[in-house]
Amino acid sequence: MTDNEHEIEQPDDRVPRRVIGTPGPGTSMLGEVETKTEARPPQDDTTPGVILQDEQKARSAEKIVALCFTITFLAAVAFIISYVVFQVGSPEATGVSNLALGSTLTLAVLGLAVGIVIWVRRIMPKYALVQERHEMASAVADRAVVADTFVQGANESGFVKRKLLRRTLLLAAAPLGLIPLVLLRDLDNSKMTGANFNKLLRHTVWGEKNKEGKPLRLVVEGTGQPIRAADFNSPGGILSIVPEGYEHDLNVLAKATLILIKFRPEELKAGVNKNWTHEGIVAYSKICTHVGCPAALYEQTTHHILCPCHQSTFDAADGAKVIFGPAARPLPQLPISVDDQGYLVAQGDFAVPVGPSFWERGDAEAEARAKGGQA
Amino acid sequence: MSDLNEVPPGIAGPANALDARLGGANFFKRNLRKVFPDHWSFLLGEIALYSFIILLLTGTFLTFWFKPSMGEIEYAGSYAPLQGVMMSEAYASSLEISFDVRGGLLMRQMHHWAALLFVAGMMVHMLRVFFTGAYRKPREINWIIGVLLLTLALAEGLTGYSLPDDLLSGAGLRITEGVAISLPLVGTYVTFFLFGGEYPGTDVVSRFYSLHILLIPGILLALISAHMVLMWVQKHTQMPGKGRNNENVVGAPFYPAFMAKAGAYFLFTLGVVAGLATFTQINPIWLFGPYTPADISAGSQPDWYMGFLEGALRIMPAWEWNLFGTSHMGTLPLSVIIPALAPLGLIMTGLALYPFLERWITGDHREHHIAERPRNNPHRTAIGMSAITFYGVFWLLGANDELSAFFHINLNMTTYVGRVLVFVAPVLAYAITYRICLGLQRSDAAILHHGVESGVIKRLPHGEFIEVHTPPAEDIEAHIRGKEAVLTLPVAEDPAGIPPKGMRGPLGKLRAKMSKTYGGEKIPLDGDHAHDEEHAAVTSGEDKSLTH
Repeated sequence: MTDNEHEIEQPDDRVPRRVIGTPGPGTSMLGEVETKTEARPPQDDTTPGVILQDEQKARSAEKIVALCFTITFLAAVAFIISYVVFQVGSPEATGVSNLALGSTLTLAVLGLAVGIVIWVRRIMPKYALVQERHEMASAVADRAVVADTFVQGANESGFVKRKLLRRTLLLAAAPLGLIPLVLLRDLDNSKMTGANFNKLLRHTVWGEKNKEGKPLRLVVEGTGQPIRAADFNSPGGILSIVPEGYEHDLNVLAKATLILIKFRPEELKAGVNKNWTHEGIVAYSKICTHVGCPAALYEQTTHHILCPCHQSTFDAADGAKVIFGPAARPLPQLPISVDDQGYLVAQGDFAVPVGPSFWERGDAEAEARAKGGQA
Repeated sequence: MSDLNEVPPGIAGPANALDARLGGANFFKRNLRKVFPDHWSFLLGEIALYSFIILLLTGTFLTFWFKPSMGEIEYAGSYAPLQGVMMSEAYASSLEISFDVRGGLLMRQMHHWAALLFVAGMMVHMLRVFFTGAYRKPREINWIIGVLLLTLALAEGLTGYSLPDDLLSGAGLRITEGVAISLPLVGTYVTFFLFGGEYPGTDVVSRFYSLHILLIPGILLALISAHMVLMWVQKHTQMPGKGRNNENVVGAPFYPAFMAKAGAYFLFTLGVVAGLATFTQINPIWLFGPYTPADISAGSQPDWYMGFLEGALRIMPAWEWNLFGTSHMGTLPLSVIIPALAPLGLIMTGLALYPFLERWITGDHREHHIAERPRNNPHRTAIGMSAITFYGVFWLLGANDELSAFFHINLNMTTYVGRVLVFVAPVLAYAITYRICLGLQRSDAAILHHGVESGVIKRLPHGEFIEVHTPPAEDIEAHIRGKEAVLTLPVAEDPAGIPPKGMRGPLGKLRAKMSKTYGGEKIPLDGDHAHDEEHAAVTSGEDKSLTH
């Protein structure tokens, strides 16, 4: 490799220096094409493959680098000052502080980065150093020595010859390896046997009674207001409903949240169990049967319930059956009625498990039908 | 100041003292001037490396204030709209970092941006390695480490996304739960162990926290170190070019040039991340409110690297099987299992196996240190583009509600089109890429053969105008001539008509057939050119052209 090997002799000044898809001579990290520089004649004290920069140009580059480093100095000082000057505590103040701290940090870091790049490219020499590669594989003789050593060690240890030792060691290792797995068993806090996990998923609090032994009232999410059937009387209305007394229990909400929709009687189709409605008011589980997002969007004119996560679409007027998207099952309907004060309450629990499918769920609808209910 | 003549005593003293105890001089003698080849595409992996360092630094800062607890408290911080609202300590402390710690919002946003950049850097780096065949022997182990790193990075992103416990992160967690519970046989067990009982419970944030700040980053750090050591020991691949061959490496020395450049590059990455965090808002958790399983906001989107899983979930048809028809077991929600596992599994397994499949097909057991230009292995490049398209369709469909709203397309139509595209588009991408590669190979051959258009128009004595072509620059020619035909297996039958060993039987025949298709020289650089003379005659524009 000679000193100026990367310098290309161009036969003609008009020849394009670069063909698309091929690197130009001396393409830099910044993507700019170096203009052709005069190759310095090889000097006695230079190493092959190290092409020193022109001192004149290096000196002017030094000034630019110094400017960059000074910018970093100033920006870093400005950062510290900003930290002291700009307090946080409100969205506006935080915004100002974020802008001041962030822009000074950005400027400081970029100043240093640009300075170093110019230093490398304009002051340090150009390099075309060559190093040899060697095959990764070791010499055959070395491998043989290692193999011999391995055999020797194995024999010396007696591991091969002494069968009893070997087998009991393996015997000892087997349960030892299981200990980390066994230790994880109590990750589940419920202290139930694993086979019963799925039983929890089959029930919601709607099947329970309140302190006075009465069915749970439907209350509005957020305000906690119970609903009088007579007050929820505009057809097309929709409410997000949670069970009375469990307004802040996330575990309960993850299964028991409902959407309540008021229909005109003639709008209800065969899919809706009319015994479970009250004066055209229908309650469906809000938990999507796909992967459990709240199916929160409702289109009044089409009676479509849409889950915003994966766009499963359900027909609320027809038992929330699936009309589009990846959900495979309708949103379960909750049986509702009114108590003696005219407030909406649950008649009982859902007939089938709510939310996403799981292995043990099986054909819960068939079971519900067999019990006499309509799923 | 003049140059140094010897190591200054302030450095020589401690260095000698350390060497007397550790004996490092031998290592430094061999490695200080280690040569690193230069090409812009070799810097892509460094983006991921530096993002990881930024993540460690900003993440440590965040842990000083973050409280990984789902205990309910009433918010009493300085963000007025949420004062008095019940929320988890995790969410309250995330708000505290955002509004009550100076530089907290900046660090939180830098952490999020760096995470996005980390995965993006890994992916483009992986694509570079794939398309240039840099995973070939002896680098298969490093490739596998890379695939593991990418998988772990996705897990790291998922666990981190869930920590602030805002409404958006909770939606992601809910989907994770829905996917986990759908797994056959073990689904309910997995979710109950993960959440400590029924979803959401009060454990998952603290559990994800220890995974996110200790276990996964620990493994990432170990694997990244191994990745670096192997790269160092095996030396970096280089692009084909003048003076470069399979037995050498040409470039700049580690000390001082590469070291300084790498340092500058880290600072650039840091500067870009800091700039993004300053001027671009990301994940404004205070707008989403605390998590409740009863609510969601429309237009919920995961971080970009989870988009392809989201898209797969969205376009999957509603298939669900009840295997045994009973009501206590046998539910197989294919509409969840397939999109959650198939695309990810296909892509990751395909990536991990590719070096070995390619070797099985080409029979190439040689060491490769020259990066292959993508056009020179057209089938590999086509397979890669096909995979990108497969991934890309899912990714795009992960935002089909946004597409639908923005372009005023029917939402359901995007899903139907996506279901078709996910199968058709990769095939198209394959065919188109393959043709483009061959076209580029032809253009390479033309450059060598006809030369480069010089821009000089010459009028011949009989009135014809021609453009003078000149031979390509030396380094360009060397770059093109770095091409090497893809190896093929010896599939020729012996005189008795029996194929060689390993090529018999259905699998062997398939292997032989694939080898013949995959390998070989598609467009020879010095092939048969019908119009040779015309251009050869006019090179450098001498008057030889008169004879034409």
